[in-house]
Amino acid sequence: MSRFTFPPSIHSRPVYGTLSPRKGSGHLMIADAEGAEALLGLARADAALMASAHVIFIPRDTGNRYVTQLQAAAPAVLHIGASYDASVPRIRRVLADTVMGAQIYLAGTEGLIGQAMNEALNAGIPLAAIQTEHRGSVARRVQCVHCKGITEDVTTDPFTCSHCGLNLFVRDHYSRRLAAFQGVCIDAEDPGNVPPPVELYS
Amino acid sequence: MTIQFNDETFRDDYTFRNSDWAIRRFPFPFHEDSYMYSVNMEQHRGGPAGSVFEKRFDVDEHYISEMRDRALVLAEDPLRCQSLPHMNLAGWDLLELIMVSKSEDYPDLFELHRKGDKWRWVNKPLGMDDTFTFMDDASLPYGPMEYITRQAQGDFAVLDQRENNLWMDAGMVTTQADWSLDFDIGMNFFEWHAPVPLAHEMGVFKRALKFLLNIQQGGPARRLNWTMTVNPLLDTSPENYHKWGVQKTTLTPENIGRKQHLRVELQTFYRLPRSNALVFPIRCYLIALDDLVTMPKWGRRLHRVIRDLPDELATYKGFINNRPLILDYLAQYDDGKPTSPGIWPDPDREPPLEK
Repeated sequence: MSRFTFPPSIHSRPVYGTLSPRKGSGHLMIADAEGAEALLGLARADAALMASAHVIFIPRDTGNRYVTQLQAAAPAVLHIGASYDASVPRIRRVLADTVMGAQIYLAGTEGLIGQAMNEALNAGIPLAAIQTEHRGSVARRVQCVHCKGITEDVTTDPFTCSHCGLNLFVRDHYSRRLAAFQGVCIDAEDPGNVPPPVELYS
Repeated sequence: MTIQFNDETFRDDYTFRNSDWAIRRFPFPFHEDSYMYSVNMEQHRGGPAGSVFEKRFDVDEHYISEMRDRALVLAEDPLRCQSLPHMNLAGWDLLELIMVSKSEDYPDLFELHRKGDKWRWVNKPLGMDDTFTFMDDASLPYGPMEYITRQAQGDFAVLDQRENNLWMDAGMVTTQADWSLDFDIGMNFFEWHAPVPLAHEMGVFKRALKFLLNIQQGGPARRLNWTMTVNPLLDTSPENYHKWGVQKTTLTPENIGRKQHLRVELQTFYRLPRSNALVFPIRCYLIALDDLVTMPKWGRRLHRVIRDLPDELATYKGFINNRPLILDYLAQYDDGKPTSPGIWPDPDREPPLEK
């Protein structure tokens, strides 16, 4: 099962929904890894939707597990991205072409949803035209408040900043502009006293 | 009165001191012997002569040294001052508000001469005499918000108003109680307050937002907020927490009176005329416990407030570990006598300590 129920949290923390087909002048779908399952759900709910859909899918560690199924759903365009970063120029280009009334569907990890959401908003897409659905890994994208470096796919709390090496605890405070949670030094008041990392949500 | 400006530091050797004048006018934030969140807003239309509420933008003996500290923070980390592109007009609004207010309220310290859009600004304490074209960015050495807030004590959050919400879209933040402008910029009112415990459930932020959205031009408001800071460190930023956090562990019964400071924010709110933005100056005042307890009423009351504060608030405000030490110290200044209502020290009416 690729769905996870996030515990209740503070106001800045994003909440995700369930993708549902909407009428629109065009459909841009961006997903990574298990996020493909949410797109396949859309295709099952409304097969006609896919005929006007541009799909950008980043498999990450799922290999070809979803690629064949996505091809079978017959979207108008299916692009398989090597990584999120590698897909950004294409995402920007496609968003620039998006016409009034288009619908955006984002699915997969929080890192992908947050970053693609930023791209869409920066391109002038109204929030109301963007749907999100979390699927797969609950890893977080975290900004170190000290060095400003972003560490992708953080799965434990605390963790070590991949840029400056400080031991950071992961706050639920979230910046949509950065598409990242906030990481703060955990042993500032007692240097060296770092509790053993535990899996997030454990 | 003519202000005697201190030459002092808010870091390293911490030579910051409050004069007797500064102690007497300290904005003690507790009007009764207990504290809980509330939307404690009032109109910002002056106050008793000599108080920090009297002028629109209070200037005190720490002015020059605070501006020097701000320049040091910005040199280390320019991200403490940011403005999203649509906030430039609000920056000019803010520049005008501060220049007009300061030149009218402190004519011996600041002068503003306007001929059309040709403006001359004289800041005597900082030794500045600049001529520029109003609304022309190229005529100033910094953006308008940065230029003027390098010359005004306190942090400044400039809030855009849209969709029935306030958005933290610009700011100058170098004397903050542990929050990051760089992280929070672009957030709405509920998002940037998200980490605050208890207050959301109490409906405080919904009521506060409703109040703030309705602030009109010429009708500014104010409130006080507070926390505790070890050493007179203005820059208690999350960015530098890995450097200053350890200072919180240096308190001893011998040094606590000098090192532990009550940190009070005088928060004011002004509607800006052209941009319809709201500017939210957050002015920080620090006082060492040794100085605070020279006012018997404040010593008694602070002991009772800190003693009875819910753990969640002491944790959020960052002094839960030091609370026992603080209480041991403050207990010496609480003889159980009643205190008079209100924040003023009432030194002539309040009974001396009987211990």
